[in-house]
Amino acid sequence: MISDAPALQQTSEPAESAAAPSRILRYARPMLGVLLPLILALGWELVVWFGWSNGRLVPPPSRVFATIADLARSGELIRHIAATLWRVGLGFAFGVVAGTLLGAISGYWSLARRLLDPTVQALRAIPSLAWVPLFILWLGIFETSKIVLIAVGVFFPVYLGVMGAILIVDRKIVEVGRTFRLSGPAMIRRILLPAVLPAYIVSLRVGLGLGWMFVVAAELIGASEGLGYLLLDGQQLGKPAQILAAIVIFAILGKLTDWLIEVAAAPFLRWQDAFGRTKGA
Amino acid sequence: MLALERVSKTYPNGVQALARFSAEIKQGEIVAIIGGSGCGKSTLLRAIAGLDRTSSGTVTLDSEAIASPHAKIGIIFQEPRLLPWLSVADNIGFGLADAPATERREKVARALERVGLADKAQAWPRELSGGQAQRVAIARALVPQPEVLLLDEPFSALDAFTRRDLQDHLLDLWADTRPTLILVTHDVDEAVVLADRVLVMRPRPGRLFDQIEINLGRPRDRNSPLFENFKRSVLTSLDRSLDRSVPDRDAMQGPGQAMWW
Repeated sequence: MISDAPALQQTSEPAESAAAPSRILRYARPMLGVLLPLILALGWELVVWFGWSNGRLVPPPSRVFATIADLARSGELIRHIAATLWRVGLGFAFGVVAGTLLGAISGYWSLARRLLDPTVQALRAIPSLAWVPLFILWLGIFETSKIVLIAVGVFFPVYLGVMGAILIVDRKIVEVGRTFRLSGPAMIRRILLPAVLPAYIVSLRVGLGLGWMFVVAAELIGASEGLGYLLLDGQQLGKPAQILAAIVIFAILGKLTDWLIEVAAAPFLRWQDAFGRTKGA
Repeated sequence: MLALERVSKTYPNGVQALARFSAEIKQGEIVAIIGGSGCGKSTLLRAIAGLDRTSSGTVTLDSEAIASPHAKIGIIFQEPRLLPWLSVADNIGFGLADAPATERREKVARALERVGLADKAQAWPRELSGGQAQRVAIARALVPQPEVLLLDEPFSALDAFTRRDLQDHLLDLWADTRPTLILVTHDVDEAVVLADRVLVMRPRPGRLFDQIEINLGRPRDRNSPLFENFKRSVLTSLDRSLDRSVPDRDAMQGPGQAMWW
């Protein structure tokens, strides 16, 4: 860490000779985050390899990756991933739309907030999994109930994030909108939503995280495909490697989709004058 | 003409910020409102802007009552209050959203040129200095061509050099369309440089104490003896306004004489 600080400063210099090592360092820094899991995985691999553990219940990484490769080769993996992604994507979309609309409305109109917010907060207090039996009764055991469950999980953090952020928007900025006589919807669109965008992105990411959480719950309940089904199948047939494979894929997909939001939002947040933006190259 | 008639404002906590303030301000006039802290200067300005409701009394612009922000009335605050997510150009064009795109672009470009920030059109507000940001705020308020422009201590956060520069600049811009300017300030120098008329207010509750016509041609020489004279008379009036033993003018003229001049 100490040694890379002066090297990073070189990225701003035009010198050709400095470019090569600093580029390596630029890619090397994010790789630091991979170091710990890599060491742990390698350690466990060695432990099993030396025979200190049989690795039956906790299979070594090589066996997990072999399982993933097997699933990929048979085309199963893509099918499961597609099913899960489809559910998360649809549930996330519905949850975000509903959460944003209702959050904006109850953030902006205090009457709507008084009417709506207590009910929403009461519903939020219910552990969302408690809805599962009801959703299955109402909507059946197929896709609809799963997607609704995910949407419910996504809805609350987005709703709360939008409403909470609107409530703390600087009054002085809102007054600028008032002096230009913006109507309610225009005020939301031109002042409030841009002002809450940074907080909104965070709430989307929290919502997406919950979406991934709930897709597992939904798929554990009853599904014939999906990564959650792989988990359950692995448990019932005693295949820990398959469970770990599904978990690894969840981790990768979760991280990847989260990163997508971050990357997609970045161009809209260039205006920010914040602590987080001052972090060097 | 902008007419204020017995404008009073009592806040919900019982504080009377403004008591029966009356004045008439001609189109194109520059009026400075000056007074000790808590004299209701800003409250008065916010009432004219339609941002706050008056408790009683009326604000009328060309016989149209003002109760909410009006297209013909613009305001510049103490802070620039630029929208940080819009470029400088988009900030200036903020009030022109309903205008056709080409017209908006032209007006914004002209305004940028006029405030000397043409090279900053695509900059973010965070990249501007305090003086530049306030110039953008002035441009934003002037671009919709208001008939009345309110300024709430607009230059008080700037250093002395920038302040002088912006005062001259404001007069220069004012000469283009000659809107009515109502300027709240606590800077006597600023009041005498800019205003045709200085209204002195006294606090608790905020009310009109005195008014001084500044009969000086423009541009004004800040070092001339005449300028000093006007400054002195404003200062004297300001001192008297804070002296509790000095009675109100309208009290001297008997009750109900709000429009004592």
